[in-house]
Amino acid sequence: MRDPYFFTEKMCVGHKSPLIEDIRIRLDRGEILTLIGPNGAGKSTVLKSIARQIGLMGGAVYLDGRSLEHMSGAELARKMAIVLTERLRTERMTCEDVAATGRYPYTGHFGILSEKDRRAVREAMELVHVAEIRDQDFGKVSDGQRQRVMLARAICQEPEIIILDEPTSYLDVKYKLEFLSVLQEMRKKRDLTVVMALHELDLAARVSDKVLCLNGRYVDRFGRPEEVFEQGYISRLFGISAGSFDEGNGNMELEAAKGEAEVFVIAGGGTGRNTYRSLQRRGIPFATGILFQNDLDYPVARALAADCIAAESFEPISGELLLEAREKMETCKKVICCREAFGTYEAANRELLAFAEKGGKTVEWPGAERGG
Amino acid sequence: MDGKARYRVSFLLLGTCVIVFCILNICVGSVEISPQDIFRSLLGQEIGRTAERILWDIRLPRTLAALILGGALALAGYLLQSFFHNPIAGPFVLGVSSGSKMAVALVMVFLMGKAVRVSAAALITAAFAGALFSMGFVLFMSGKVRQMSMLVVSGVMIGYICSAVTELVVTFADDADIVNLHNWSRGSFSGMSWDNVAVMAVVTAAAFAAVFWMAKPLDAYRLGEAYAQNSGVDIPLLRVKMVLLSSILAACTVAFAGPVSFVGVAVPHLVKSLSGSAKPIFLIPACFLGGSAFCLFCDLLARNLFAPTEISISTVTAVFGAPVVLWVMARRKKEDVR
Repeated sequence: MRDPYFFTEKMCVGHKSPLIEDIRIRLDRGEILTLIGPNGAGKSTVLKSIARQIGLMGGAVYLDGRSLEHMSGAELARKMAIVLTERLRTERMTCEDVAATGRYPYTGHFGILSEKDRRAVREAMELVHVAEIRDQDFGKVSDGQRQRVMLARAICQEPEIIILDEPTSYLDVKYKLEFLSVLQEMRKKRDLTVVMALHELDLAARVSDKVLCLNGRYVDRFGRPEEVFEQGYISRLFGISAGSFDEGNGNMELEAAKGEAEVFVIAGGGTGRNTYRSLQRRGIPFATGILFQNDLDYPVARALAADCIAAESFEPISGELLLEAREKMETCKKVICCREAFGTYEAANRELLAFAEKGGKTVEWPGAERGG
Repeated sequence: MDGKARYRVSFLLLGTCVIVFCILNICVGSVEISPQDIFRSLLGQEIGRTAERILWDIRLPRTLAALILGGALALAGYLLQSFFHNPIAGPFVLGVSSGSKMAVALVMVFLMGKAVRVSAAALITAAFAGALFSMGFVLFMSGKVRQMSMLVVSGVMIGYICSAVTELVVTFADDADIVNLHNWSRGSFSGMSWDNVAVMAVVTAAAFAAVFWMAKPLDAYRLGEAYAQNSGVDIPLLRVKMVLLSSILAACTVAFAGPVSFVGVAVPHLVKSLSGSAKPIFLIPACFLGGSAFCLFCDLLARNLFAPTEISISTVTAVFGAPVVLWVMARRKKEDVR
């Protein structure tokens, strides 16, 4: 079988003593690999080892069929660029000066930039929208701008593979998306391979072709995001105890209020999410139903509700389920109805509401509350 | 392109300063020599025996020594600042000069005691060994402490230790040598022979060329080791070169002029402020010129301010150099707060 573009063999990393052993990564050219894992899981160590910033404790890393160990510094510099998280202290360097250091592998002995070099720097800076701050002092621009200048530096280095350590940490949501879009664009245009560590799991699930999960002792999983982001896996990997992470859609919810349900929420079609969260904020445990399992409210309800009465998707709501919901509602002091009208296939919910009103329960409408 | 224009102006200014101070250094003194006389004597014309002797045996070698060694010190300071990413590093602050001073004093006293003439090469070698000794200590400490203030403190400490040893050696040296040693150990450009000037010129020129030759890796090194390494710089090699070259440059100064304080720390900052740039390819020659001008200026004052009493060169350089260091630290602090 043909070897992939980038792969590791029994790679072992660590400072002085082995931290993570037997790392196997296989990437085709133009793929995006994301390293995820809790703080201190060794993401940076793996990245730095790949970038030869720290020596391997064992094994080998291959790029384009050749072991990285056997490449000269100059050769590697033309193939691999890095963007790190560490804050840089520069002295009297403009953003353009910083970006231009990416041209180092291509300039002559004294590092004088040619017209071609200047053009490459300019294009890279334009690509990540920092062209307008090119003459500003690098030390005086914002963290987000600095991060993008470092990306411009990496881009004008014209690498085949780029290593990024938490590149989006300092960026706001606009630039987070833009940053990752630039990576995708570079992948499309120049077949750029990307290896990065990300804290944002939601973004990782969206942008990655492959995901490597580290837990500080070994590689827990390596595979496509859909293989890795399996129900409950992230909570396990990160040891989440407060709150939850939904692997399906990348949503995070805080910890559900504890105790028996005090409020019953009739919801569906995304009308209940804000009510659920509002109840969670006030620390009120609640039950909710009847939701179809493919309802927009369902993932949030599952994360936050004390009881969630859910019906099979695309199936009519059964009588037993309605009964269960009624019994649950009996135990609650109050009912909140988020639905203003009921569709044909959720007649059960209309019955539920009627039952509540007949039973003398206080019924609130969050919409009306807002209006009043 | 106003950056380039500013480079040119800076070079022009620094060059002019060096030339003007050179002429002043030669002209001004207990015996005045007119610039025309200098010119005529350089062309081989007679200007009178006394004036000739003063010009050729005293003023000219001394001026050249200040020019060469001042540049060497500034360059050493620049290298050390780059090496430690520390704006207040310098050969004197980090104790490198003191280490050289100690080694030179030991060798001088030992050889003089045996009535052996001390050669310039031996002095430089001793100074270099002493510089490396101090550097080794500071490097060891820099592995232990990451803060720039602690690094400087360890440099100052090793400086004190070396100075103490030097004092001890000077105290127990023969009477005849003491005057010489004492003057030298306080720092002075006086009493330079042409042989000395020739040796320091060769050593400094070679070191300067070597530093200039590595302007490109030094440029990449400005972003820190990780990015420099990613650019393809051989970091261990570069670091070894920086340590050796800064030690040679500092050692060369100490061997001939004794410890001269604050030139290495202050001049790179002055030059950077002047040019608004910190690009090595520009800064290396500019620092050299700046150091030359600074030392020529200070030596002029040292010689003439309280004539006929000569004050030590370090006294003058400290007066002008120390405020620069304070200014740099104050500015630095402000940036940290941001």
